[in-house]
Amino acid sequence: MRPVYALSGGVSKFAKARPDKTFQAIVKEAYDYAIADLGLDFPTFTKAVDGSVASYFSDHFSRQLMAGIMAQDYLGLVPKPSHRVEGGGATGGLCFQEAWKSIASGHMDVCVAYGFETMSHVETWKGNEFIALASDVSWDYPVGGFYSGYYAMMVTRHMKEYGTTVEQMAAVSVKNHLNAYHNPYAQKRNRYTIDDVRNSPMVAWPLTRLDICVMSDGAAAVIFASEEGIERLAAAGADITQPLVKVTGIGRGTDAMRMGDRPHVDYESFISDYATEQERDSDDTRAYYRELWERGTRYPGVHSFRAGRTAGNMAYAQAGISDPLAELDFVELHDAYTSSEVQTYEDLGLCRYGEGGPFAASGKAFMPGIDYGLDLTDDPVCPVNPSGGLIACGHPVGATGLMQGVFAVWQLQNTIGKHFGDDTLQVADARRGAIHSHAGTGTYVSVSILEKEGN
Amino acid sequence: MSDARRDETLGGFIVHGVPFPIETDPDALAFLKRMTPIQIEQEYSITYLHSYGQDSPWFAGASNKRLLASQDPESGYAYATPRGHDMYSGRETEWIDITDRTATVHAFTVCYFGSEEFLPDTPFVLALIEYEGVNTLFLTRLIGLDHRQASLEWIGREVQPRFLRNSKLKPTDVYFVPT
Repeated sequence: MRPVYALSGGVSKFAKARPDKTFQAIVKEAYDYAIADLGLDFPTFTKAVDGSVASYFSDHFSRQLMAGIMAQDYLGLVPKPSHRVEGGGATGGLCFQEAWKSIASGHMDVCVAYGFETMSHVETWKGNEFIALASDVSWDYPVGGFYSGYYAMMVTRHMKEYGTTVEQMAAVSVKNHLNAYHNPYAQKRNRYTIDDVRNSPMVAWPLTRLDICVMSDGAAAVIFASEEGIERLAAAGADITQPLVKVTGIGRGTDAMRMGDRPHVDYESFISDYATEQERDSDDTRAYYRELWERGTRYPGVHSFRAGRTAGNMAYAQAGISDPLAELDFVELHDAYTSSEVQTYEDLGLCRYGEGGPFAASGKAFMPGIDYGLDLTDDPVCPVNPSGGLIACGHPVGATGLMQGVFAVWQLQNTIGKHFGDDTLQVADARRGAIHSHAGTGTYVSVSILEKEGN
Repeated sequence: MSDARRDETLGGFIVHGVPFPIETDPDALAFLKRMTPIQIEQEYSITYLHSYGQDSPWFAGASNKRLLASQDPESGYAYATPRGHDMYSGRETEWIDITDRTATVHAFTVCYFGSEEFLPDTPFVLALIEYEGVNTLFLTRLIGLDHRQASLEWIGREVQPRFLRNSKLKPTDVYFVPT
C-alpha cells in the first residue's frame, strides 16, 4: 500500500441547531475551510480532487435518502466517484479510513472525506428514539431503547467489577468541558466542578446530563493525498503545510449488536487473543490480570469494548506502537459518555483493564497548563480529548470521527493556535496521535494513527 | 413557572403570509441574504409488519409463561436471547426452557429519561439478567425495586421472571422481580 497523507481539514461550528443552512451548505463550510487551508480556490481544487467519501449516520434525522449525493452535488464534485459510509457512531471514523483506502490502494491520488449530521430537526426524545433504533428492534429496543440506559448498565458493571467511581467519571466531564473552553468549534465551553457534574439532572443512573454528549448539527472534512497527489496539488498552487501528516495505521473491530450476547472469555483466551503486546510481555500485568480473573472478571462482558481493543491492537501493529501511553502524544477518542471514555482508556491500552477509573482522575489524560480545579496526582502524559471531545464539542454523528481527524491533523501540524485563535490546546511537540471512533454499544470501532512525517 | 426553563417543543402557530419585500429591487434582493430561515413541520408515520422469523417460538413461549433460550446442540453454549445459529460453530441451535433456572442481576440502570416511546414509563429499571448455565445475558425491565434506592448492591441479586397476563408479543412480555 502507498503512503497516505492527511493534508488539511475543516470543521463547521457545532451547534444545537443550524436552521440557517441546509446540511449541504453546512458541509460546504467545512469543505471550503479545508480547501482554503491548502491555499487553493474552489475551482482549482475541484479539478485536482479525484473523488470523495461521504459520512452520515441516519436517514431519519434529515428524512432524506441519498443525502450523500446531495452534498456531492452541492460541492460541485459530480461526476467524480463517491460513496456513502455508515456505521453508527463510528461513521466518521470509518469514512476517514475509507478515504485512506482510496489513496493507499492507488484508486485515487486526492480524496476528500466529508461528513455531517443535522440532529436538530426532531425533538431530543425523538432523536433518542432514532439513535436507539441502532439497537436490535426485536429484542433490545422494545424493552426501553435508550442509549444512555445501555451505557449506564455497562458502567454499573464496570463499577461493580473494578470499583470505578462516579467522581472519577465526572473528572472526565470537567476535563473535556474545560478543554473545549479554548476550542471555538465546540458546542459546550464551560468550567464545571465534580459537584456540578454529579448534581446535574440524572439521566440514567449513575450518568447525569453532564456525563453525556449532546446532539448537534455540524460537518467536517479531511483532504487526503498520495505523494503523487501532493505533487499535483502543489503544481496547482497549493501551499502544503510541512512537515506532512501521514496516516500510519488503521484498525477496526466489531462486536455483537446485542451487548448481552458478548462472550465472557477466560484468562488464557484474553491473553492470547486480546491483550496488548505490552500486556503480554509484562509479568506484572499478566499476574494482575490473573488475579482479576480469579476474582471473577471475564472478558469483554458488558464492561469492556472488545471491538475497541481489536481496532487499537490492529492500528498499533501497523504503526509499530507497543506502548500506547508512552508512544502517543494525544488521543481524540469517542467520549459519548464519561464512562465510555474511562472504558476506552482500557481498550486502547492507555492503562490496564480495571484501572480506567483511577487513570481518569490521575491527571495523565489532562492538558498541561490548564487549571482544572481538581487535585490531580500525576502530571499530564498523553492528553485525551484535548479538543473537548464529544461531550463538549457535540456529536453530529457523521461528522464526529472526521472532526477528530481534523483536530489531529492540526495538532500534528502545530497549527491549533492558527485555527482556534488560541494555542492553549496545542500539545507541545506533538509527533503522533490516535483518533478513535465508536458505534452502538461497541459494535463498530475504528482507530487510526496519524504521525508527523520525520517523526 | 419560576426560574425553571420551559421545555421546548417543535410546535408553533400556523402563519398565513410570510413577510417579503414589496418590490424586488436589488437592495431588497440583497437583504434576503439576511433573512432568518423558514422552518415547517413535516409529519412522518409508518406501520411496519415486523417478523420475528426464527425467533418466533420465544414469543409464543412467553405468551404461555415459559422463558425459552437457545443452545448449540453439541457444545451446549446457550443464548439467553435466542439465536437461530450458534456464533462459534455455525450450527442451528435448539430450544431450551430456562424458566425455572436461577437468575441474577448482572447489570442495571434507572432510566429517568428516554426515547419518546418510553418517556411515559420513566423512571424505569433496565437490567441485564444472568441465567445459571446460560452463556449470554437477557435485557429486561426489573420491577419491584425502589428506583430511588438504586445501588450496586442490586447486582448479583436473585430475581425471577414474571409474565404479562395478556401477551403483547414483545420481549417485555416477560419482566423480572426480586425473589
